[in-house]
Amino acid sequence: MIDLIIEKIEKMEKKHQKKETVRSSVVLKVYRANRRARESAHYDSIEVPVERWTTVLDALLYAKAYKDSSIGIRYSCRMASCGSCGMKINGIPRLACYTKVSELEGSTITVEPLTNFPHMRDLVTDFSQFFAHHRDVQPYIQNEEADIKDKAKLSEFMQTPEDLDKFLQFSYCIKCGLCYSACPTVATDTKFPGPQALSQAYRYFIDNRDAGGKERINIVDDRHGIWRCHFAGSCSSVCPKGVDPALGIQLLRGHLLGFSKNEKKVADLQERLKKD
Amino acid sequence: MAPGDVYALCASGEDVLMEVADRNNREGIKGWLNPGRYGWERVSYWLQRLTGVGLLAYFVGHIYETSSLTQGPDAWAAMLELTQTPMGHLILLLVIGMSTYHSANGIRLIFTHGGKGLGKPGRPDYPYDAVSLNYRQKSGIWIALILAAAAMLYGASVLFGGE
Repeated sequence: MIDLIIEKIEKMEKKHQKKETVRSSVVLKVYRANRRARESAHYDSIEVPVERWTTVLDALLYAKAYKDSSIGIRYSCRMASCGSCGMKINGIPRLACYTKVSELEGSTITVEPLTNFPHMRDLVTDFSQFFAHHRDVQPYIQNEEADIKDKAKLSEFMQTPEDLDKFLQFSYCIKCGLCYSACPTVATDTKFPGPQALSQAYRYFIDNRDAGGKERINIVDDRHGIWRCHFAGSCSSVCPKGVDPALGIQLLRGHLLGFSKNEKKVADLQERLKKD
Repeated sequence: MAPGDVYALCASGEDVLMEVADRNNREGIKGWLNPGRYGWERVSYWLQRLTGVGLLAYFVGHIYETSSLTQGPDAWAAMLELTQTPMGHLILLLVIGMSTYHSANGIRLIFTHGGKGLGKPGRPDYPYDAVSLNYRQKSGIWIALILAAAAMLYGASVLFGGE
């Protein structure tokens, strides 16, 4: 049995093995800009030694430690859990801690701040607008039953594994902002909530414990809201956690257009019919 | 504190105004260039937009062309003559390709915008391939491209085939 599992894993690894290039060093082309210091935008080329397992973040931290300590980077966990080190690596938004140098083509790696986010310094961008969009869709369970203010005991919400599967992948979002940076609609419309916020709206909309669906729908059903998504799919292609925001957005729009049946409404109707 | 200013908490605990280089930093329309970096769905998005703009331009030109009828048969004949040139045929060929691609890809998008043909949410596992960017979507894009090419080939045989 174990042999079979190992064989399956090995097959899967072979299938998904990325082409690796072994190099002893790479040149990091780092975007530098600091308006506060009246420093105009330019690129600094820094050569750093690399191993097969070196990530872009490792290379940047090496450059910061031994070559130029003034490079501005934001990072924290180094294991694709916190979503802090999002940046454009060779033109594509990626997590620096999750991108190995050996996976990238060429001996020069260009690192730039995420586009569609206000730039602060070097590779650091401002996430306040992004988080504001996230807050706007009310990303929390809204249910009077869950309010413990007037209740001595908190009631339990039953959920089947099938109910869980409907929203689980969307709850894996780490808010790294890569989808927001890749989205062509965000690139031209500042009021568009973006893939992250819209997929979170679906995450709570489809959760059978939530009762705030109508209000949430009213927020996203706007001229600059969900209808602005044209399914370019870039958000899903850059997502490092498999959240697939494009899927969530289209499924939510399916509910708005009446393509998909709303199981909560069906359950409500059945309940009412039982009572009658 | 002016609205829109960004403040950050510095190490000493006081709010420091972050003078950002560019408050917006939006990629803008130039972000639509180089669509290949994000895969076929982005290419399809780009082509859908491009063909849409192209068809709108053709629509305006077409209205202008047919409006010459109001100036009499001679004006209409002169306008028709203008379109019966190799350049006019090339433009028509482009219009055939654009309209075929835009319609075929548009039908695919009607379904995807309703959440159809995208697959079901599940438990993501490494390497985290997105279910929405599946073979059905890629096939739809290829079918639209092949149909557009076939329509253009047929159009070229009619327009340039001659008698």
